Amino acid sequence: MEKRNLILAFESSCDETSVAVVADGHEILSNVIATQINSHKRFGGVVPEVASRHHIEQITICIDEALKEANVTYADLDAVAVTYGPGLVGALLVGVSAAKTVAYAHNLPLIPVNHMAGHIYAARFVKPFEFPLMALLVSGGHTELVYMQADGQFEIIGETRDDAAGEAYDKIGRVLGVPYPAGKVIDEMAHQGQDTFKFPRAMIDEDNFDFSFSGLKSAFINTVHHADQIGETLDKNDLAASFQASVVDVLTTKTMRVLQDYPVKQLVLAGGVAANHGLRERLAELLPAKFPQTELLLAPLKLCGDNGAMIGAAGYIQYQQQQFGDAALNADPSLEFDWMPNMVH
Amino acid sequence: MKLLAIDTSNRPLSVAVLDDTKILATTTTTVGRNSSVTLLPLIEQSLKQAGLTPAELDRVVVADGPGSYTGLRIGVTTAKTLAYTLDKTLVGISSLAALAGNIVAEGQLVAPLFDARRDNLFAGLYRIENHQPVSVIADQHVSVTDWAQKLAGYSEPIIFLGQAVDQYQSVLQAALTTNFVRGLPQFDLPQAAILGLMGRTAAPVEQLHAFVPNYLRLTQAESEWLAKHPKEDHAPYVEKI
Repeated sequence: MEKRNLILAFESSCDETSVAVVADGHEILSNVIATQINSHKRFGGVVPEVASRHHIEQITICIDEALKEANVTYADLDAVAVTYGPGLVGALLVGVSAAKTVAYAHNLPLIPVNHMAGHIYAARFVKPFEFPLMALLVSGGHTELVYMQADGQFEIIGETRDDAAGEAYDKIGRVLGVPYPAGKVIDEMAHQGQDTFKFPRAMIDEDNFDFSFSGLKSAFINTVHHADQIGETLDKNDLAASFQASVVDVLTTKTMRVLQDYPVKQLVLAGGVAANHGLRERLAELLPAKFPQTELLLAPLKLCGDNGAMIGAAGYIQYQQQQFGDAALNADPSLEFDWMPNMVH
Repeated sequence: MKLLAIDTSNRPLSVAVLDDTKILATTTTTVGRNSSVTLLPLIEQSLKQAGLTPAELDRVVVADGPGSYTGLRIGVTTAKTLAYTLDKTLVGISSLAALAGNIVAEGQLVAPLFDARRDNLFAGLYRIENHQPVSVIADQHVSVTDWAQKLAGYSEPIIFLGQAVDQYQSVLQAALTTNFVRGLPQFDLPQAAILGLMGRTAAPVEQLHAFVPNYLRLTQAESEWLAKHPKEDHAPYVEKI
């Protein structure tokens, strides 16, 4: 039997410290995740300096548990992968410093991974990718359509012009009194309500693949404030359902439109908001009806949030392509994929 | 004992490799902007010059604060991870004590300080005893005027050290008059070789995983939250999922 490729992968870009061991880029041997949600709940959102302080408390514990759970030693490893951006710079630096040190101490190659590439490769744990592929990436910091012609090639086709979808969820969550992070609870509330408010669907008919969620957020907040002023009580489940209907309509309509211009073998849904049931259900319903040749790959629910395993999966591709970093690797908080406008038109 | 010493608490970066009291390699840079880019290459270079591999080290010594939060985290994460991953002992030394260690005059009072912005300092008072800085007033986050007042009570000369001294010299000098002594500028820089010598004999960290920088300050968000919620305790703030 050939020796398996084993990658120790680090993720610390926001409020989760995670270290994983991934075999051959698609098998999780361990995926230790320490989440700081309980801490940031106090502030209604992630406070960067608090996040950085928690990461340094957790980092060696996560390495230790990841190696023990996977039952591997440093001698078994082939490489160390780490998220170096995008994200919170102070948070990223803890993972980057630790990963670089482990790589140096044990003479292992270092693989710098783009966090968003990691999110896409979370879907690789479902089955192998077939190209070309389109990814709808939706998280607290990003909302973008990413086209891939091959492993490791990422081209942005459309993105949000203001708030990310996940950010909008957190902001209206505050108005509804839902604790941070609001996505999961609003998703549940939405399933018990109706779209009675008919909030705007920004840019839904425009001839581009970009998104905008700040108008929706404002419409939502105005509706709630207006009702407060005239002493009217609105049904919170209906508010949630109306908000979510607008988000899901825009995301799925734009995605169906992009697939007309960019025929692909697979559509990947990934990122923190990919855990949203409303979004998963709508895509599962629309895609087979409109594009029966395109396969839907939903990132597993457990791997939608930030985690080391997805960084290991993306890192494995870079390992094969020999894309290595060195001891001078820095965090890059605004790291981006290449922007590739009007490629097919 | 072969040891690596690291100080990234402020803009200067210092790395040294020692074999007992013998200094094998030492480098201090002053104008670098990013320890995350420069620290590990400098560690590699220093160990290479010393003819050692990381696995041959016995101990890692790090200046653990106070100082720049990000700078401290880069040094402490690197030191902690290196000690953990190679199963070596780890020692944390106050960044202010390490600076005070630049002074060798026996019995001398030394006041190392770092700028903490808005007329605040990270500062401590030390006395050199048996060639080692011994804490007289604990390291703290303090306003310049309060610190000047505290030190004005001593009726002997105090040597002030640190790149931020010049900025606050007028306030300090007004309070201490002739007891204010400005240290020589070469002693404003941390020297990892001195840090290493101090760390060589110090007790190692017992709970390596729990080792974090001494920030000496809560984050603003946390102090505001605590002021509003004096009795609540939400711990544990971090959970494994």
